Amino acid sequence: MSIFVDQRTKVVIQGLSPSSQGFFHGMRNKEYGTNVVAGTNPKRGGTEIEGVPVFATVKEAVEATGADAAFTSVPPRFAADAIIEAAEARVPFIVCISEGIPAQDEARTYNVLRREHPGVRLLGPNCPGIISPGKCNIGITAGEIALPPIPGQPAVGIVSRSGTLTYQALFELKQKGIGVSTCVGIGGDPVPGTNFIDCLEAFEADPDTRAVIMIGEIGGAEEEKAADFIKAKMTKPVVAYIAGVTAPPGKKMGHAGAIISGSKGTAQAKMEALSAAGVRVGLNPTEAGELMADVVKSLA
Amino acid sequence: MDLFEYQGKQYFARYGIPVSPGGVAQTVDEALAVAERVGYPVMVKAQVQVGGRGKAGGVKFAPDAAAAREHATNILGMDIKGHLVKRVWIEHASDIAKEYYASFTLDRGAKLHLGMLSAAGGVEIEQVAEENPEAIARIAIDPVDGLTEAACRAWVTEAHLDPEATEGAVDILMKLYRCYVEGDCDLAEINPLILTPAGQVHALDAKVSLDNSAAFRHPEWDEFSATEELDEREQLAKSKHLQYVGLDGTVGVIANGAGLAMSTCDVVNQVGGQPANFLDIGGGASADVMAAALDVINSDDNVRAIFINIFGGITRGEEVANGIVQAMDRVSIKAPIVIRLDGTNAAEGRAILAPIESDRFISKPTMLEAARTAVELAGRS
Repeated sequence: MSIFVDQRTKVVIQGLSPSSQGFFHGMRNKEYGTNVVAGTNPKRGGTEIEGVPVFATVKEAVEATGADAAFTSVPPRFAADAIIEAAEARVPFIVCISEGIPAQDEARTYNVLRREHPGVRLLGPNCPGIISPGKCNIGITAGEIALPPIPGQPAVGIVSRSGTLTYQALFELKQKGIGVSTCVGIGGDPVPGTNFIDCLEAFEADPDTRAVIMIGEIGGAEEEKAADFIKAKMTKPVVAYIAGVTAPPGKKMGHAGAIISGSKGTAQAKMEALSAAGVRVGLNPTEAGELMADVVKSLA
Repeated sequence: MDLFEYQGKQYFARYGIPVSPGGVAQTVDEALAVAERVGYPVMVKAQVQVGGRGKAGGVKFAPDAAAAREHATNILGMDIKGHLVKRVWIEHASDIAKEYYASFTLDRGAKLHLGMLSAAGGVEIEQVAEENPEAIARIAIDPVDGLTEAACRAWVTEAHLDPEATEGAVDILMKLYRCYVEGDCDLAEINPLILTPAGQVHALDAKVSLDNSAAFRHPEWDEFSATEELDEREQLAKSKHLQYVGLDGTVGVIANGAGLAMSTCDVVNQVGGQPANFLDIGGGASADVMAAALDVINSDDNVRAIFINIFGGITRGEEVANGIVQAMDRVSIKAPIVIRLDGTNAAEGRAILAPIESDRFISKPTMLEAARTAVELAGRS
């Protein structure tokens, strides 16, 4: 099994035109084997692009195809509206990779979803997306660096705030011959739709995920909250890596959410909280991969 | 983007928040002209984006022109914690009965806006939070509902401001919230918010941090970015659209992706070196972007070795390698380079790099080995 998406997931790509980001990434996802059933574009309803039917609105796309996941990569100024449109069309899972959405829009969108569309899960924004290797890939992850679960061997789940470190983790595991059930990039923005705990909870409940790698970074307190959750609720082993030990306070390190405010949100504090919760913490991505290899060996 | 006090006050004024009459000056003569216009006594305030300027002698009271001249002369050009004072803000000095604190920011944990209000203003709010946390009245605001006047009034009552300040405070807080939301602020803070003996409430200081992601809907921000306090390297990086943060070490870092760039700095540190910078070139690694990144690193005289850390995802190893080879042709590199190329088609990429390898361009297969080599080279030269 996997979490959030699998081979049955039907994806609608928002903002589909022959030159859009959505087209580029959506077609890659389709090539990977993702069940891409529709695209939307207010000016191209009724047409077809590369065999994918295009509808004017998400609502029409859902009615015609039964799409149950949306993929949004529209420019940041349109992203909030695109997310709300998908939610209003009752799409239960929305992946938004758009980077640079104003924080005010993000906070508003999050709360509109929470209040008016409680059944909808938003992944992102500013995230690489989600891949359940061998089944479904929504977003910008290169499918070939992800190893599907190997029958009879323990599979690992990944949850991460960083894109390239997510790929790094997938790659390290692949080189060690460890299969991945699902890899979720929750994104580097201050108000992510899906957080660490949402993913840890889902991995804990997924019978085929036997252990989890969690990749955090400086800023906010989500890693500390995840540590509390792991201590209280997780039976499966967790390995973590936190980026930003050398980050100076007050500077945004590339991601809008990666900023140490005063003395809050440091990598050290997060690593300590996770260690105290029984998490094995690697000092670099390679070490985290090695720790996970040990864990998998002990589970096999 | 952080604003200077004078810019923050101009921004506040757009939303009708009362501030003292004043103006900004870059020379002593300009300062005196502003002082004449607003009327003595005046305050002469250093414009720097760092706390503690009062203690450093950057804020002075001037009862007359002679004093104003003296203070402006001393403060302009002053160095406050490494920040050079290029401008002073001159404003009519206010009589102060009480000093309060007010701010709005985003509570990342609650995913709601957070308003903080305190009758104990004039000092750093972090200090109040630590020593006397119950002196801060907090309000959580759902962005969908916004701040209602009734909620604002209850909040002011809870903060135990003086009764005569209530109406003025409610009015300013409603305006400050509008400024925070419509003005796309990450932080909008007034400290101190003062009550005058005459019963007026107004903003004596302004701390505003703008959300760069919202710049597309604020053409008026252009004038702010012109005065943004960036060091030379940061300025150059910004002009080349690179995500760059200057640090103090000797190993220049280039990586694709923010997380990987942070991680690269950490690994350099772990093996005994110090990163000179954080530099994220984004997803791909075209020759243009790589050349721009190397230009920025080259401008840093502290750099003794360069560590390029690229993980190929969608951008394949051979594309990355070709970009690097082309970039090498375009820029002359002052420090030796260590490169780690991994990910999709890394082997093909490394094969492309092989012909240009030398003792000044070394390829290593893992992050740790590459970091060790870069740190060793940085220590040697």
